[in-house]
Amino acid sequence: MKPVISFRNVTKSYPLYGSFTSGIKNFLFHLPTAIKEARCGQFQALSDISFDIHSGETVGFIGSNGAGKSSILSLIAGVIQPTTGEIEVNGRVSPLLELGAGFHFELTGRDNILLNGVLLGLTKAQVLAKMDQIIDYSEIGQFIDQPIRSYSSGMLARLGFSVVAHLEPEILLLDEMLAVGDASFQKKCLRKMMEFREDNVTMVFVSHSMDDVLRICTRVLWIKDHAIFLDGSPGEVVSAYLSQNS
Amino acid sequence: MRQDLRYFFDLVVVLTAKEIKVRYKNSILGYLWSIALPLCFACVFYISFKVVMRIQMENYALFLICGLFPWQWFSNSVNSSAMILLGNSSIIKKVKFPRATVCMAMVLNDGVHFLLSIPVIALFLYLHGFHPSWTWAYGLPMLFVIQFLFTYGIVLMIASINLFFRDMERLVSVLITLLFYFTPIIYSETMIPPSYQPLIALNPLASLTIAWRHLFLDGHMLVTHVSISLAWAVLLFSLGTWTFRRLSPRFAEVL
Repeated sequence: MKPVISFRNVTKSYPLYGSFTSGIKNFLFHLPTAIKEARCGQFQALSDISFDIHSGETVGFIGSNGAGKSSILSLIAGVIQPTTGEIEVNGRVSPLLELGAGFHFELTGRDNILLNGVLLGLTKAQVLAKMDQIIDYSEIGQFIDQPIRSYSSGMLARLGFSVVAHLEPEILLLDEMLAVGDASFQKKCLRKMMEFREDNVTMVFVSHSMDDVLRICTRVLWIKDHAIFLDGSPGEVVSAYLSQNS
Repeated sequence: MRQDLRYFFDLVVVLTAKEIKVRYKNSILGYLWSIALPLCFACVFYISFKVVMRIQMENYALFLICGLFPWQWFSNSVNSSAMILLGNSSIIKKVKFPRATVCMAMVLNDGVHFLLSIPVIALFLYLHGFHPSWTWAYGLPMLFVIQFLFTYGIVLMIASINLFFRDMERLVSVLITLLFYFTPIIYSETMIPPSYQPLIALNPLASLTIAWRHLFLDGHMLVTHVSISLAWAVLLFSLGTWTFRRLSPRFAEVL
């Protein structure tokens, strides 16, 4: 069967943008060094990575900070391009955004559902058709017509999650999402993710919480020093990871 | 392809509606604020140039208003352009959506704003004994589209370049001030000394401003000035789209 996500010898390096982003003035005053830096200065985030993810898999990426996990998510989402190598993604990718991203705090919950849904790839009609379901699921109730600056962080998390949960995602990207919200919300998230798993939704999960990884994932990849160090069942990889870090 | 276009359209509509909603949240006050600023400027210039310096021109207040409202649209959009992508960084870093829509929505928002201020211009015309002309029916939409393309092109350029050179913002505010005084807004094009006249053609905004003013004041669409501003608009739009397209694959990296 054709994989949903396939990385072939993917290398990603970033130029050191420091010479530019400090401004035109700096760039012109330190022209020789700046040009040299822009040409040669490279930071390698991923080196020669290959893997396939198949439909319905829930894959966790673990590893220390700066290992390159987030770069993998960004590459899957298509917001950055690989330096060399090939990436193939078949299906619509829906990222679960961090708290409040893609929201406008002066607008009501209802307006924000529309805004977020459209930014995440649905047409206006599609979002409007699901509006009531999303509102119900978020359990925000009467506050839905209040500006979201008055929401608690738990309410924001619920709102964001219910939009993504109703997008009918094909590939879901989750970056440390279970950290917010109370116990009942976390339970609800987990339940929804189990539903997704049954519906053959492919999920990619980046986390530092080994409990969550063990609970959700069907496969875990350990990223170390910008390459894949270990690829296997959650139990196996997580215990290796924990024993190395203790 | 049709699906993509449909989606692009929806995205622009939702984003523009969002901007407008945020701006007019305090309903009537939002509107008053938006027309208060150009009117204030008109007041200041009227006092300094008409009352103090005694400029030789009839209906100078009206003359100012016809130039300042279109200018307001242009300068508002360009002034916010440097920060527009930075302000949306959290979503640009995570989601692959057509990024230019954010810029387009901003220019359209300021454009809608300008359209809403046209009744104010009409009111001032009426108070000075002028009347809106039938030419407005096709003149307004034409100039609106020209100014949209013109502004949108510049906004795309500044927005994308500012991510790489973060001090563009300051440069822009200086250039905007220069452009204001080099554009015939507070003086008429006929007052420029003959030896400097050819320089008007070098200012992309001059022809557009002249075209707007003549449309408002005497209902004429000046063929030369409209054509020149259309040419500038097409040029800037193409340049802006090209720059944006070249740089946008790297946006998520530099944010």
